[in-house]
Amino acid sequence: MTAFSFQLRQVSKRFVKGKETITIFDGLDLDIPAQDYVAIMGPSGSGKTTLLNVLGGIDHISSGEVYFDGKRVDTLSESQLSRWRAANVGFIFQFYNLMPVLTAAQNVELPLLLTKLSRKERQKNVATALELVNLADRAKHYPREMSGGQQQRVAIARAIVSDPQVLLCDEPTGDLDRTTADEVLAILALLNREHGKTVVVVTHDPEAASHAKRTLHLNKGVFVERTKLT
Amino acid sequence: MNQGLLVAKNLGRRKLRTILLLVAIFIAFFLYGGLESFQRAFYASSDAAASDRLISVNKVNFTLPLPVSYAARIAAVDGVKHVTYQNWFGGYYQDPKEVLFMFAAEPASYLDVYSDVVMPAAQRQAWLADRGGLIVGRTAADKYHWKVGDHIPISSNIYSRSNGSHTWDFTISGIFTDANEKAREGMVLMRHDYFDESVTFGRDTVNMFMFTTTSTQLNDRIAKAIDAQFANSPDETTTDTAAAFNRAFAAQLGNIALIITLVVATAFAAILLIVGNTLVMSVRERTREIAVLKTLGFSGTTILAQILAESLLLALLGALLGLGFAALLLKLISSITAGFVGSLLMSWPVFAAGIGWAVLLGLVTGAIPAWSGLRLRIAAGLGRR
Repeated sequence: MTAFSFQLRQVSKRFVKGKETITIFDGLDLDIPAQDYVAIMGPSGSGKTTLLNVLGGIDHISSGEVYFDGKRVDTLSESQLSRWRAANVGFIFQFYNLMPVLTAAQNVELPLLLTKLSRKERQKNVATALELVNLADRAKHYPREMSGGQQQRVAIARAIVSDPQVLLCDEPTGDLDRTTADEVLAILALLNREHGKTVVVVTHDPEAASHAKRTLHLNKGVFVERTKLT
Repeated sequence: MNQGLLVAKNLGRRKLRTILLLVAIFIAFFLYGGLESFQRAFYASSDAAASDRLISVNKVNFTLPLPVSYAARIAAVDGVKHVTYQNWFGGYYQDPKEVLFMFAAEPASYLDVYSDVVMPAAQRQAWLADRGGLIVGRTAADKYHWKVGDHIPISSNIYSRSNGSHTWDFTISGIFTDANEKAREGMVLMRHDYFDESVTFGRDTVNMFMFTTTSTQLNDRIAKAIDAQFANSPDETTTDTAAAFNRAFAAQLGNIALIITLVVATAFAAILLIVGNTLVMSVRERTREIAVLKTLGFSGTTILAQILAESLLLALLGALLGLGFAALLLKLISSITAGFVGSLLMSWPVFAAGIGWAVLLGLVTGAIPAWSGLRLRIAAGLGRR
């Protein structure tokens, strides 16, 4: 039987803006098996980022059901969602979103502050995560002392340090040059291939999408095409 | 790393702003610590004064003289236990700026009325036996490094001697303490008979009579009886408890308590607005970072606690600096004044109340930004919608 990371059933998302109600998607169904690598593409305003927010439990749906690992998560309270995110989901953003006042190692350690790990265990996990993204030598550097690519690799280390099942990436290469972007995409592929992480990438970049096992095209809240790449 | 470090790092991210905020809080607590201690010192003697002790002074003004003969008539009033009297001497030691808290007092009766004045029996006897003897409080003795047996010259900026000199020679008979009324330990007391025989004017007059009663319940009746006795005379009296007299004396300088309360309240209100507004701006600047923390799994209450911890840390740091500097300054002033206005040292209750105010300041100024952090919706904070 296929194990699923995410299952969306008849999910709708609507915003009320003034007197107008804007529907982002309506009755959306989606299955993302465990250890999948999915790219979600689509024009601006198609609902890609909102979909990622819904998957990550940082935005509430208007109706429908969202399952993670077979358990419903759209009904969880805010504090339950916080704990669920901390345990299961790693986020990678376009603009890295590192804390400027913390070093690379301290940024990576942040999610571990919510665990019961000892200081020594935390430091060991941080070192492992930084080694995985080839930044062990930059542990004590602040974000302002690093290039964009290095900062994004720190963000990846932060996302994986607590060993989540899923990585949700919002335009992870959107702010990087081609060479650096390829390095970052190679790390994501490695995490999917070697470490069994489910990776969901929202991107405009066909090259970034080409690393995924499959690509979903979203337009006006509807999947218009599903491409199997591998 | 721990969450405490994260709080400290956030506080230090804009150093100039943090320093300016600390200075603002420092000023508020420096004012509070200094003024509150001053106020307490000022009213300490009135609060500490024994309830069975009354004072009679000239009705027109307490600086005007009363005949020393009133002592016997006051003593004759039913319910009066011991009567003594004193004159302000206007003494200074070596330098006219070194003004002493000095009175000429009748020794035996003074020690009866002020039974809390404690010194060894031998020193007590020495003062009673030596007309040129002087007893000094512990604070004054420490300030001028005086010891029992020292011969010291003290001058008066009011009185002169019949030989034209303004200086009297004294031998220190004793050094006393007064656990109940610490301000008294800044006092210097010469004998009234020595004073009276040598001054060129003001003989047979005193500034005030101090007396005890057999029961505090008789105070009102005795005070009225004494004032009635001298009514319509050239030297009418006004009699009140020592505590009331001290308060009235303090009130001549204005309503110190009100002034201090207004100054401190104004400072706190200004600081509240400045710190609160700055913290709101500071947290608003970090909206995206707070959203990221929440994305990583930090709960709203954890964010709320972090922001409150930040404002509390800021308030407590500023308060500790302000109270600390105020305590140091008070200690310096206290050593200079030798307890002239009571013990100026910052007391633990003042310090503890200051810390209490700092906690309140931290909580109030952090409340709005902390609440914003708690309520922040991640998607909105990340600017992703």
